[in-house]
Amino acid sequence: MATELIRIEHLQKCFGPLQVLDDVSLKVGSGEVVVIFGRSGSGKSTLLRCINFLEEPTRGSIEVDGTRIDVGHMTRTRREKIRQIRMKAGMVFQEFNLFPHLTVMENIIEAPVTVKGESKKEATERGKELLAKVGLSEKADEYPIRLSGGQKQRVAITRALNMRPKIMLFDEPTSALDPELIGEVLTAMKTLAEEGMTMLVITHEMGFAREVATRMCFVDEGIILEEGGPTELLKGARHERTRRFLEAVL
Amino acid sequence: MATGATHGERQRPSFSLKERLEARSLATPFKAKLAAVYVLITIVLLLLFAYFEFDTAFMAEWLPYIAGGVPLTLIICVGGIILATALAVFGALGRLSKNPLAQGVANFYVSFIRGTPLLVQIFFVYFALPQLAFKEQTPTFLQPFLVYDITFAAILALGVNYGAYMSEIFRAGIQSVGYGQIEAAHALGMSAGQTTRRVVLPQAVRNIIPPTGNEFIAMLKDSSLVGLAGATELFYRAQSTGKAESRAYETLAVAALIYWGLTSIFSFFQKRLENKMGRGYVRELASHGH
Repeated sequence: MATELIRIEHLQKCFGPLQVLDDVSLKVGSGEVVVIFGRSGSGKSTLLRCINFLEEPTRGSIEVDGTRIDVGHMTRTRREKIRQIRMKAGMVFQEFNLFPHLTVMENIIEAPVTVKGESKKEATERGKELLAKVGLSEKADEYPIRLSGGQKQRVAITRALNMRPKIMLFDEPTSALDPELIGEVLTAMKTLAEEGMTMLVITHEMGFAREVATRMCFVDEGIILEEGGPTELLKGARHERTRRFLEAVL
Repeated sequence: MATGATHGERQRPSFSLKERLEARSLATPFKAKLAAVYVLITIVLLLLFAYFEFDTAFMAEWLPYIAGGVPLTLIICVGGIILATALAVFGALGRLSKNPLAQGVANFYVSFIRGTPLLVQIFFVYFALPQLAFKEQTPTFLQPFLVYDITFAAILALGVNYGAYMSEIFRAGIQSVGYGQIEAAHALGMSAGQTTRRVVLPQAVRNIIPPTGNEFIAMLKDSSLVGLAGATELFYRAQSTGKAESRAYETLAVAALIYWGLTSIFSFFQKRLENKMGRGYVRELASHGH
């Protein structure tokens, strides 16, 4: 494992009486592409959302690129640390969540300008390059409403990348897409992986996992039940539950 | 008609009066019928008008004076809606705030103002506060803030009153911005304040502007209450001349027509605005989830 970028230790998350995550530990090294999969309600999405504190863990600690946060009260320093982690970890949502009142380019430069204080010019220039890479240069001045789902998700990826994150978190990025639009988003993600981006991806696109993942984690009932390289895991999972799930999605 | 049917031609299929009226009705466009109803209403009103011998000369004579109240009515309403909008922003943010002080103050404001009559509030600002100003224990520096001329008192009372109602409109507008938007902003590292200013409020404004137009139109009518406190606006002029000249029918009819004209004009623009913004919003929603 190269430099360690994410270290999750003994993470536990409860929503009221419901325990969603039960003592999860996970380390992700620089350049790794970790695919997380499991049935709905298994806790995989909560796991991802705890990394950038969209969910506040009940127990355990999260460390992203040297910034470590334990469970605790929301002090000024802790809030600042959370912000630092969020700036280092770009996130892509299932439902895109583009800002509908802003154009594509405005979406892309909003955070670099507002959060990092970059100049509009600087953020726009980098944004243009990133947008060109996902093949959407000509859409820069459109509003999100005029885009297809696949285009929206590629813009959402670009928006996250323009913060120059160290890692990218993908929460079922293709689940809300029509089947014919899934490919374009996966291609963009594949390119990103090839460039060496560290990625955590929740997906059931096993073709993508086989091709791109360096590691796969099967989350079941709040724990990482099984992990391993894609070839070994997809061919011969140790656990019966993993095998059954894979049979269902493959 | 019934006689025509009995006269000879019994064999021909005969239609009753009801059936013929129905057939005629079907052939007439709805808009034409509506126009006919409007014409009818106008005729009835004009007949009543003539029957009671409304003094049209008197109305014409006093129209300029009564209509002279329109600028003041508009000034009060524009001022009132601006103040109400500012207060509603704070009211809504307060009601949504997790800070107990902010929420408590906002809850009190909305509850108290909505729970008391506008007329009482107007009189309170114009007649009660000045009394406080001249009490012994009132510090002198406070006095200018307790005594207002009637125009300013009207703006203050209407603004504070409408601000409370509009707080709820604004709150709903803010809450209708999807949680996914807030999460996306947070995930990008935006602070709570940045998220509110850059993501939530701009979208909430789109939901808020059309109902704010409605509130303005409602305020146009409610501003007549200020006349009772002596502001020489539209209603005051109408009812004072009406009383003085024993022509309340005429002057109040003139005032009512002017109010109606004003609200119609603003309703027209408000509808257009609503259509324009409503379309954008519906399309946005449709594209949002999938």
